[in-house]
Amino acid sequence: MYFYKHKRLWVRVSMLLSLMIFSFLNPAFAQEIPGNSKDSLDTIKGFALGEVIVTATKAKFALASPMPVQILSGKKLEKLNSLSVADAIRYFSGVQLKDYGGIGGIKTINVRSLGSAHTAVFYDGMSVGNAQNGQVDLGKFSLDNIESIELYNGQKATIFQPARGFFSSNTLFLKSKAPQFSEGESHRLKTAFKTGSFGLVNPSLLYQQKLSPSLSLSASSEWVKAHGRYAYNYRKEGGYDTTAIRQNGDITSLRTEVTLHATLGKTGQAHLKTYYYDSERGLPGAIVANRYHHVQRQWDRNFFVHGSLYNSFSKKHHLLANIKFSRDYSRYLDPDYKTNEGALDNKYYQKELYASLVNQYSLRPWWDISLATDFSLNTLTANLYRFPYPTRYSYLGALSSHLKWERLELQTNLLAGYIKEEVKHYQQGDNQSILSPVISASAQPFNTKDFRFRAFYKESFRMPTFNDLYYTFIGNSSLRPEFTTQYDIGATWMMETAGFLQSAAVQADVYYNRVKDKIVAMPSSNLFRWTMLNLGEVDIRGLETTTDLGFKLSSNVFVDLGLNYTYQEAIDITPNGSTHGDQIPYAPEHTATLTSSINWENWQINYSFIYTGERYSQKANIPVNYVQPWYTSDLALNWEGTFLKLPVKVGAEVNNLFNQYYDVVLNFPMPGRNYNVNLSIEL
Amino acid sequence: MNTNKLSMVLAFATITLTGCRKDDYIIPEEEEILPPQTVTTVEGFYLLNEGNMNMNKASLDYYDYATGSYRRNVYGEANPGATLGLGDVGNDIGIYGNKLYAVINNSNKVEVMDVKTNKRLQVIDVKNARYITFAKGNAYVSAYDGEAQLGDNSPNGFIAEIDTLSLDIKRSVKVGRQPEEMAVVGDKLYVANSGGYSPPNYERTVSVIDLKSFTKTKDIDVAINLNRLKADDYGDLYVSSRGDYYQTPSKLFVIDTKTDSVKKSFDLATSNFTIVRDTAYIIGSEFSYETFDWKINYSLIDVKNETLLVDSFLPQSVIDAIKTPYGIAVDPVSQNIYVTDAGDYVSPGTLYCIDKNGDIKFQVTTGDIPAHLAFKVTTTTQQ
Repeated sequence: MYFYKHKRLWVRVSMLLSLMIFSFLNPAFAQEIPGNSKDSLDTIKGFALGEVIVTATKAKFALASPMPVQILSGKKLEKLNSLSVADAIRYFSGVQLKDYGGIGGIKTINVRSLGSAHTAVFYDGMSVGNAQNGQVDLGKFSLDNIESIELYNGQKATIFQPARGFFSSNTLFLKSKAPQFSEGESHRLKTAFKTGSFGLVNPSLLYQQKLSPSLSLSASSEWVKAHGRYAYNYRKEGGYDTTAIRQNGDITSLRTEVTLHATLGKTGQAHLKTYYYDSERGLPGAIVANRYHHVQRQWDRNFFVHGSLYNSFSKKHHLLANIKFSRDYSRYLDPDYKTNEGALDNKYYQKELYASLVNQYSLRPWWDISLATDFSLNTLTANLYRFPYPTRYSYLGALSSHLKWERLELQTNLLAGYIKEEVKHYQQGDNQSILSPVISASAQPFNTKDFRFRAFYKESFRMPTFNDLYYTFIGNSSLRPEFTTQYDIGATWMMETAGFLQSAAVQADVYYNRVKDKIVAMPSSNLFRWTMLNLGEVDIRGLETTTDLGFKLSSNVFVDLGLNYTYQEAIDITPNGSTHGDQIPYAPEHTATLTSSINWENWQINYSFIYTGERYSQKANIPVNYVQPWYTSDLALNWEGTFLKLPVKVGAEVNNLFNQYYDVVLNFPMPGRNYNVNLSIEL
Repeated sequence: MNTNKLSMVLAFATITLTGCRKDDYIIPEEEEILPPQTVTTVEGFYLLNEGNMNMNKASLDYYDYATGSYRRNVYGEANPGATLGLGDVGNDIGIYGNKLYAVINNSNKVEVMDVKTNKRLQVIDVKNARYITFAKGNAYVSAYDGEAQLGDNSPNGFIAEIDTLSLDIKRSVKVGRQPEEMAVVGDKLYVANSGGYSPPNYERTVSVIDLKSFTKTKDIDVAINLNRLKADDYGDLYVSSRGDYYQTPSKLFVIDTKTDSVKKSFDLATSNFTIVRDTAYIIGSEFSYETFDWKINYSLIDVKNETLLVDSFLPQSVIDAIKTPYGIAVDPVSQNIYVTDAGDYVSPGTLYCIDKNGDIKFQVTTGDIPAHLAFKVTTTTQQ
């Protein structure tokens, strides 16, 4: 019965989609539509496939956005000593990276203290989520093939995007490197190799081939192997001083991606991407008294195929369709947990089918409207005791209006969601229907275009995850979604001169967030039976500033300097809570980052610094929960040029230069000073 | 010139920010003065706070009857050399002779301390250790993981016999899966097996160990998922079943040790209890799938007549204040009741003292998940 129902739905959905795709590709159909001119492609290109913003205008783009955006791309991204996306996003304002340490340690993003499930992650325009636990491990995304990282508080400032793009409190966009061929070039091959501390061996390959004037292919593959061992130290003044080696932190992973890019007719664009990631890692675990070695292991396999299609049938109309199928497998093995059947060996299988259709229409030259509709189907299967085998159907819609004049932009969205739950056994979660408004504006108060004000109001929610609802002994199927409300007011300013200070860009925002019905784990008088409840309430007030400066010291010496600072009060205001008025766990009041680089001919020196202030590891702000501030300095030296007529880049990095021992998450020690060398050659 | 300016800015920024890390000292104990109590053979008690798993926040508090001094978090200062402190998840505590034993579950150890100074005497490695009890110069520790004793792949647990003088493990015996609390009656040690790692194939038995030969002589069939086990003065054992949290409710059973068989059961949700003189003080809670909430009970059983009493042992004000009842202990002399509230498990809990008339004597903030009490008794034993 259950399967039968599924099958019917899958068939229906795929029929609908093939119909949609057919209508795009059918030239007869396209030709009937007038106004397929070249300029409509160019104007739309800025946002059509989600991430085609030209690097040079990125700063300006960020400053005009009604919702705060921070972008790391191209050269700027390469200057950070980062192995993965997770390392790089630490440099954004208002971001806390929950980092369990080491190469294999899980790293999740928490923006403006709303919680990690409130940031949606998009990879090449497609959301990558995890319906099981709501967490996306950003350590998995190597920077090797990433072109840009964009973080939006609220949502991306376009109304032409899939509905999912509107539904989260924050969105993180990752864009992989797309083929770019110079005149007369038909293929490119780039190889890179990284090695260093933790026994890291990391070769990667990027191949791009022009198949025809309208078709190109890009393939990339990367292998990571590391034993993950590093020294850490725990010490107290006048007390113990213990240095040990982090154990069971090894990882082996392989990522392969193949993407086909096509231009269709005069205006159409399409791409088809296949992605596969396979990893095995040790889980090094919490370091507690008398226990420095853990034996738990984890395997992950992620596969997805994603098709995206853009076309425009008139000057006024634009269409974007996306479809994705993904399969995620994860296995957790705990040899210390000895059951009747041997060691605890949990296996989880997730599937997602996702389809999205966006239509945008220009009513007036200054007024666009759009309707985005998404459907997704998620299933989770696991070999757990009393597992309910849940299925989730999500129907999301976003109706948007974008008014745009020379000095004022106004965007409004009305989001409607209906989420239907089904289970094969036991208690089923409640169906949810949600309506949330979003409004954002950007205004230029003076004659100069360089100064703008912005503001936004946004309501959003996150669904309880499958774990929240159904995890054996813990899940609570009566959970409601967790709601957030965000208010933000900010100003942006930029200038460019020909003098010593060549450019300056400043963004400053104050914000107020509220989290209601926060999903928290609550115990009973029995450790074996916790329950998830909609209990917490959090009140978050913050100030964020971002400054980018460019200096010209002499005709061939340039210096870039970036300074970010965030002040944040994230207060637990749960009614009748024993920690009412305390700062929530792991939310520092102060965080700051500094990035700098000096460029001289083929040479580049980068220095970056991160400061995270004192925090508390648990809800009560008392001495036993106090976690020390930490700050690390990273230094890198790069040389870029040609060797034997081949473009070559060589670099050496020292991370955590002053060898500070610290924990981001209590009892998960971070590495001390570590080294890295890398080499890339274009053939 | 300009480079100098820049490096000055950099240097300044670095210095300002690096000034922010404080010296990291061992967190000192905190003292609070509570009402003193008449010193009898009981001089005070230790309270072991479990701390939530992976937080490494097990801690020890001491309440001194004579002075009314309540010292919170006494372990760290007494043992500055103990790396990372007492450890992760304090699961049981006991005093025997002049030694204090704390079973630290996720730290895979039994910490043995001097009962007066709280200074470490010895660390005994026991993997996934759960409970401790004492008899005839020995300590008995139950443990889930028999890797060292029973081989790598055995799902069974074991009981270790520790000489309280040499503090060495002398013998060990294989019992059921995931063994929990123990009690000694005469020459027999009884242990409740839970089998909690393999639901729905829970264990159903209490294993009986002959202390002389240190071998298992039999298994008494009781009910699934057994947990707490205490002996009364009349040769009976009270053992609680956690049930399966779904259809099978938590219950309390009585075993006659003369026949080693179940003689009675109470339909009473039991998560923790203690027996002092003729009374069992029981706290229990049951999850309802209708209300998605917990129903909590505080019950009394007359163990002499084996009857459930109608009274509760807590005043209504305390019942209303407690969110998560967790630990329970009763002073055998004064019969003052100590009950703890673990709150949300991740913030400090509360200890309440209620006298035998039901009046609150004091309440005090504890560590995270206050759970296990051990009374310090004036003793002449040379152990």
